[in-house]
Amino acid sequence: MQKRSIVPVVYILFLMLPIYWLVAMSFKTTNEILSGFSLFPQTFTLDNYIAIFTDPTWYWGYINSILYVTINTLISVAVALPAAYAFSRYRFLGDKQLFFWLLTNRMAPAAVFALPFFQLYSASGLFDTHIAVALAHCLFNIPLAVWILEGFMGGVPKELDETAYVDGYSFPRFFATVFIPSIKAGVGVAAFFCFMFSWVELLLAKTLTAVEAKPIAATMTRTASSAGYELGLLAAAGTLTIIPGAIVIWFVRNYIAKGFAMGRV
Amino acid sequence: MKTENQKAWFFVLPVLALVAFNALIPMMTVVNYSVQETFGDNVFFWQGLDWFQQILRSDRFHAALGRQFLFTFLILIIEVPLGIAIALSMPRKGFWVPVCLVLMALPMLIPWNVVGAMWNIFTLPDIGLLGYFLNHVLGISYDMTQDPVAAWVTIVTMDVWHWTSLVVLLSYAGLVSIPDAYYQAAKIDGASNWAVFRFIQLPKMKTVLTIAILLRFMDSFNIYTEPFVLTGGGPGNSTTLLSIDLVKIALGQFDLGPAAAMSLIYFAITLLVSWLFYTLMTKDDLN
Repeated sequence: MQKRSIVPVVYILFLMLPIYWLVAMSFKTTNEILSGFSLFPQTFTLDNYIAIFTDPTWYWGYINSILYVTINTLISVAVALPAAYAFSRYRFLGDKQLFFWLLTNRMAPAAVFALPFFQLYSASGLFDTHIAVALAHCLFNIPLAVWILEGFMGGVPKELDETAYVDGYSFPRFFATVFIPSIKAGVGVAAFFCFMFSWVELLLAKTLTAVEAKPIAATMTRTASSAGYELGLLAAAGTLTIIPGAIVIWFVRNYIAKGFAMGRV
Repeated sequence: MKTENQKAWFFVLPVLALVAFNALIPMMTVVNYSVQETFGDNVFFWQGLDWFQQILRSDRFHAALGRQFLFTFLILIIEVPLGIAIALSMPRKGFWVPVCLVLMALPMLIPWNVVGAMWNIFTLPDIGLLGYFLNHVLGISYDMTQDPVAAWVTIVTMDVWHWTSLVVLLSYAGLVSIPDAYYQAAKIDGASNWAVFRFIQLPKMKTVLTIAILLRFMDSFNIYTEPFVLTGGGPGNSTTLLSIDLVKIALGQFDLGPAAAMSLIYFAITLLVSWLFYTLMTKDDLN
């Protein structure tokens, strides 16, 4: 350990403090929370977690979130792959304009779209379904996936495509068995980012659901306002929303550094 | 070299269809509202550009826009240098690298309203860790529900906590791509640490930093959930950023016309600044 490693250590401590506090709160009883300050839970309790895992409105929130995030990730990556290939290999009419237009959708404030989205998905009969949220999140996830994958594909030499044709591969076979495996890392990173932005988004997910597909994050806001000040329960629910993200990061840990550069270093 | 092939359009079609469904139809709805007045019952009257003029002249919009630019400016000026500094001091290889990266990426994967709720619990004056520490250990009076300055410090700190890692990870990706030979050459030339940073590391990080700053600009300019959960825009209107104000007008007062006009102006400003910035940052590459 060198002297300069103190900087990342201090930074990580700063990152962990609020998370520690959330986790600590989730193991406290409501009485202890309201009676005053304590650095560690004095009467360690699992009641908050038990309350969540025994109440369908709570745990279905998790299932709903995971469902629409998964559907969104699959759709986004699947349609982004051929598009990114087109952008990285070919010139065609309006390609640059199209690419920029796609990226502008990443810039649109979600607040702008909340109301029209509600009307659009109500009119098309998709309101309060997992598909609705998954499709709505495509708005910002597809452009991002195309952007990331295009960066990774740019790093694959064109000779690979040409050799495959000479060897008699048809295009679909080449794409599925040669090309996609060669940008595995990029696909992983794109999927990671789609998961991330779909998992953390709330405004659209909340606008497009009522009961059947309600995300966990929306269930939390309901609790915060209606059931009084149940901080312990809120903290436990919050802690549980961190876990899926943590698992996903652990899987892609070796790609994170390169992945964040989106293949463009 | 890329080959010209118009059939490539077929590869792009699914993306185009999905994004157009999500972007064009809602956008046209917004444009429709922005030029009409409604008194409910789906009856609309042509209003022309009145709403745009009203928004552009309104003090409320100017104030929200000012707060928005201040917020974005503050978080950029803190997060970018801090992120670069942390990336520079991280180890390049070994066991600790993935551990650092995973821990640093963690805040970015927490749902945004949980981030707001977490910081709310963290900063409660008497029972939050930070609130208790400031009020009772350091003796600084701190209550962000009363004091606008405290509220601003809190939302900026929260954003720094939430997103500095993005700058760190992107800069780090740029740094690890520099071959060792560059550093050896610099050592032989007797280059100072500053010179190494200025002429080797910074140019290598330029592309990824452009991405980082663009993403941070766009996302902080559109921020809604975290400050809404944490401060609700208060105390008073002191932390009512653009998106919060927009949602107040659109869903709170149901003034669809002005809200739609404001949406379009808002979107246009985001686009314009992003485009200007992108052009400035990539200008050297084109020459």
